[in-house]
Amino acid sequence: MKNNFIAILSFIFVIGGFTSANAVEVKEVKSKSGITAWLIEDHTNPVISLHFTFKGGAAMDPIAKEGLANMVSGLLDEGAGDLDSQSFQARLEDDAIALHFNAAKDSFSGTLKTLSQNLESATELLNLSLSKPRFDVEPIERIRAQILASIRNDMSKPGTKAFDALFAKMFAGHGYGRRTDGTAESVARIKRQDLIDLHKNMLARKNLVVGAAGDITPQELAKFLDAAFGQLRETPNITTVLETKPKESGDIKIIEMDVPQSVIVFAGAGVKRDDPDYYAALVMNHILGGGGFTSRLYDEVREKRGLAYSISSNIYSFDHSSVIVGQAGTENSRVGETVKIIKDEWSKMSVNGATAAEVKDAKTYISGAFPLRFTSSDAIAGILVGMQVDNLGLDYLDKRKSYIGAVSVSDVQKAAKRILRPELLDVFIVGKPGDLSAIN
Amino acid sequence: MTMRKLLILNLALILFVLSVANSRAEVFSPVRFYLANGLEVAVIPNHRSPVVMQMIWYKVGSIDEPPGKSGIAHLLEHLMFKGTNKHPDGEFSKLVARNGGNENAFTSFDYTGYHQTVASDRLEMIMELESDRMTGLTLSKKDIETESDVILEERRQRVGNNPAGKLRLEVNESLFPNNHPYGRPVIGLQGEVKSASRTDVLDFYKKYYVPSNAVLVVVGDVSPEMVRTLAEKYYGPIPAGKAPARPPLAMLDLPKSGEVIVRDNSVRQPAWSLNIIAPSLGNSSGANVAAYEVLATVLGDGTTSRMYKALVLEGGKAVAAGAGYSSHPKGPGRFVFYASPIPGIDLDVIADEIESEFDKFIKNGFAVGELERVKKRMLANAVYVRDSLKSGAWAVGGALGAGHDLNSVEQWPEYIQNVSETDVLEAAKKIRDESRRVTGKLLPVLANVGSGD
Repeated sequence: MKNNFIAILSFIFVIGGFTSANAVEVKEVKSKSGITAWLIEDHTNPVISLHFTFKGGAAMDPIAKEGLANMVSGLLDEGAGDLDSQSFQARLEDDAIALHFNAAKDSFSGTLKTLSQNLESATELLNLSLSKPRFDVEPIERIRAQILASIRNDMSKPGTKAFDALFAKMFAGHGYGRRTDGTAESVARIKRQDLIDLHKNMLARKNLVVGAAGDITPQELAKFLDAAFGQLRETPNITTVLETKPKESGDIKIIEMDVPQSVIVFAGAGVKRDDPDYYAALVMNHILGGGGFTSRLYDEVREKRGLAYSISSNIYSFDHSSVIVGQAGTENSRVGETVKIIKDEWSKMSVNGATAAEVKDAKTYISGAFPLRFTSSDAIAGILVGMQVDNLGLDYLDKRKSYIGAVSVSDVQKAAKRILRPELLDVFIVGKPGDLSAIN
Repeated sequence: MTMRKLLILNLALILFVLSVANSRAEVFSPVRFYLANGLEVAVIPNHRSPVVMQMIWYKVGSIDEPPGKSGIAHLLEHLMFKGTNKHPDGEFSKLVARNGGNENAFTSFDYTGYHQTVASDRLEMIMELESDRMTGLTLSKKDIETESDVILEERRQRVGNNPAGKLRLEVNESLFPNNHPYGRPVIGLQGEVKSASRTDVLDFYKKYYVPSNAVLVVVGDVSPEMVRTLAEKYYGPIPAGKAPARPPLAMLDLPKSGEVIVRDNSVRQPAWSLNIIAPSLGNSSGANVAAYEVLATVLGDGTTSRMYKALVLEGGKAVAAGAGYSSHPKGPGRFVFYASPIPGIDLDVIADEIESEFDKFIKNGFAVGELERVKKRMLANAVYVRDSLKSGAWAVGGALGAGHDLNSVEQWPEYIQNVSETDVLEAAKKIRDESRRVTGKLLPVLANVGSGD
């Protein structure tokens, strides 16, 4: 399929691998001006979801102006072009268009959802917000006040305090160690010019990735890409985020807070998305503390002993580093017992790895649960963006199963030994923990 | 990532979810039938992906708990994962996971639900599992002891560690006084959760977990015929049973107190809400509640709403302000105004501003074109909700599980379309004149007041 405007590559895969009736085609669409997007068409409902991401994000916030990218994300839909904040918001609401922006450590991203009949209006509003944001004084101060309130709320949450402490310690001196939302002090320092500069420098065509799903054809998408993103600068002007290793020391840090339940977070170095051990680590983590109600941590801490309501671990793969992070919430007097079990499980997996049955079950789950995510345009557009950000290739949806399938018991053992080092596990406790002597 | 056994405590949140979900009207067009044993079934075919979601809704919730046994509906929900003779030792979750599936469960005032999402060729497996635990639950004393500890940790997470959660419970207690079922926390009172016995739990289970008291909803890549065949095979043989009548939920009493204040050391950002008894689908009609939904939208949904404009945008007194309405309960519904102040602004000033803005609306009505714009925006939701597989199951199951007419879902766009300015103003006046109302205030401890932000 080619015409004057669009060069299309495509890859057909079968969700779940059942019948060809469920075949889905991922298309790469290129606009006239050279912007590409990945698309899964589905004309069942008159709804279009578009997700996009600019490489960049909060890790690049200037020192002492933490929260800058986040603040820009709150302001792009607060007035653009000839439309002031209320006029812009009214246009979105009248046409039932959902437009949202978000800053994360490695990315500045957005989502646009519209009824197909309003695609033109949605395109125009997105283009305005990206290319001509006004950054009027009134919305700047209003959004600043909202961010400050949200920071105050965060400061009363033991979980947020624990995660802040963890990142601050493990990524001290690096952009990943700083709060994406910033602090009360840093947000107060942000000036209008800072917002204008970040917007101008970070949002460019070269660091843009787009995923689309729903009621839109490749031709319409190509037109959309130019109309929505064509006015952005070609090349971003952003700082480089350096590769970094999390600083591990095996310490237990207690942050006193007057709450009945201590929040415990624990972390060590993980593996990045492009690491050869990534899939083995994914399987290993699923067995140790992954989602669902079957992990070792879930079983030992919750099912057998009733020590927590939530207990889990996750691998956070950033562009330039990675951590494996777990969390639990336990009554103050039983914190020592919980931490000891967590450390024991860390050791057990590190020394012995997982059983063949565990590895088989984890692989079945990870392969089987993935297609379950393809149940809304929003979710699909998000997956398409993630695949491009992580350089997974157009055929990833088809290949993923074989990547998971190739993980062996000894791969899991190797990944466990490499990642889980109980002597270096850092533990952060927010609350009023009782006797911790059980831990050592 | 969902957390197992999500407990729905936050009415305002449910209200939001359901008001979105409710709008999928004519799109869902579920195929409905009953098995001979009274099990109600609704099927919504959706062939976008080879995925299927099964939900079973039992028409029992915390409102049905015997005196002194608060939290038992929720405790049972947790224990439903423990095992049966056929699938002992937590095998349910292991099998679902081993088949690449996801699952969860929830308990609310009016109902309790369980759901799994799997590849569509695994529907039979999850039906076998779910039907097996409708009658086969076996529980040890140890299961109950451990799980009540888990629930107490859940309670600490949601209430003890969270002053806003504590305030919500206290507002409910005050708004629904004299032992009204909505005044008791779904999660239970601490002492009562701890003292629940094996017999208590199994009695409750046997009484209420029967086909004639349940709704099965299946959405996804399936045909109604296939669902019927499987449902008859697995749920069909279970005896119908007969659950006890639901408790009366009418509520005429005035609140225990018109104002509830929670002060906590950890609070850095105060918050305010005004909670007012309103009609619901349980005691009113779909057409009537639609007027209240439009009212909540014009007053308090989004950045162009009346309250946001008055308090956040122009007044500079709050960082957030809005209104919401929950129509879905079996018992009384609730209309809520809420706001979070700018540092230094007293919550009573916020309350006055909200009231005066509300009065202004009642006096002057809609601006030219405003009502049509609001309705158009609301109706677009009916298209959006169709785009997600799961929202259909939640909406249809939620309505049938609470015992509402399915028209409240399927005719929703029509109800909204037919709302007139007079309807909305009538609703507004009823809210204004309703004396069953409780203000909730979340504040720092007194010593911290005035210590800046």
